[in-house]
Amino acid sequence: MSIFEYNGSALVAMVGKNCFAIASDRRLGVQLQTIATDFQRIYNIHPKLFIGLSGLASDAQTLYQRLVFRHKLYELREERNMKPETFASLVSAIQYEKRFGPYFCQPVIAGLGDDDKPFICTMDAIGAKELAKDFVVAGTASESLYGACEAMFKPDMEAEELFETISQALLSSVDRDCLSGWGGHVYVVTPTEVTEKILKGRMD
Amino acid sequence: MGDSQYSFSLTTFSPSGKLVQIEHALTAVGSGQTSLGIKASNGVVIATEKKLPSILVDEASVQKIQILTPNIGVVYSGMGPDSRVLVRKSRKQAEQYHRLYKEPIPVTQLVRETAAVMQEFTQSGGVRPFGVSLLVAGFDDKGPQLYQVDPSGSYFSWKASAMGKNVSNAKTFLEKRYTDDMELDDAVHTAILTLKEGFEGQISGKNIEIGIIGADKKFRVLTPSEIEDYLQEVE
Repeated sequence: MSIFEYNGSALVAMVGKNCFAIASDRRLGVQLQTIATDFQRIYNIHPKLFIGLSGLASDAQTLYQRLVFRHKLYELREERNMKPETFASLVSAIQYEKRFGPYFCQPVIAGLGDDDKPFICTMDAIGAKELAKDFVVAGTASESLYGACEAMFKPDMEAEELFETISQALLSSVDRDCLSGWGGHVYVVTPTEVTEKILKGRMD
Repeated sequence: MGDSQYSFSLTTFSPSGKLVQIEHALTAVGSGQTSLGIKASNGVVIATEKKLPSILVDEASVQKIQILTPNIGVVYSGMGPDSRVLVRKSRKQAEQYHRLYKEPIPVTQLVRETAAVMQEFTQSGGVRPFGVSLLVAGFDDKGPQLYQVDPSGSYFSWKASAMGKNVSNAKTFLEKRYTDDMELDDAVHTAILTLKEGFEGQISGKNIEIGIIGADKKFRVLTPSEIEDYLQEVE
């Protein structure tokens, strides 16, 4: 079994009209055994920047701690929050530092940049950035997620419709993957507010 | 007083609480050629005298004003070779920042890191402080900015400043002439007039250097013929 499939995960981020949504599953497993059903994969770096980390949970937590450290110092030095594009470059650089002994994580970064323009991207375990205008996916359920998003996505959705779309895409995809699931965790972010919702799906 | 006994070792405080080597470094700066900078509402101008030791020197090859990043430039007063070391280190730091964040370095960050280098050389063994003060001019998201960095590593943001030989006269002149709503062209004229005040001999496009950065965020050094045009406007 691949190291990326040890814990199981599903992550998706989508762009809407002046907003974005980022969603994850909630299962933490050790191969076939489920350990937790409330595991947090998406973290808030600052009110307009979120990062989801899929893959090996231990590396995801360590990487998250390093990123928070770097961002806090940046905020203190530069007296401003990091733009999502800048943050993505930072994550990419940190991952590539470990080129020959990588963090087994695939991050999904979503944020509102200058003029509150939504920004999403994902990268592989050694920091190859993939920018997208519509949606990005990561995790053991990624193949199903690609299919579901491609079918359900429409450009310029408002926050409520975006929430429905991303939730349906997530739940239907994790149902096809034994290593992810046990509910969903969705954040919908607009320039004025952040909504956090827990989804109840098939609890298996 | 007892200061002279403490002036040999850089890393030793004198009884009056000073690091005498830094004082001496400032003296070296104070005997360097005059340079100045003015922050306008829509840009920054920095300028310096370019007095060459002999008429045989090829003045086109001498460039005192240097570019650090496309939107940040620097001029110095004091020891030229020391300034070259700092320019080299600052350029590298700016590039490292860009490599990490894929963003141009903000002026304050670059000034802070350059100042940190200068401070290192006041607290290490076997080195001496830099014999230059720098005037850093840049234009970033926070608008036009002008910073002065001293051999001690302290830095200040200025609306207008001067350093070198004629510093007190130049600063008095600038205090009188400076207005907050000055535009870049006015600032260039004022810079030229300030340099003219303490200039020995005939001022021309070949014995002063001027660097400007406007709202286009591109720092550039003016050519001698452009300086001549400004000089004529000033006459």
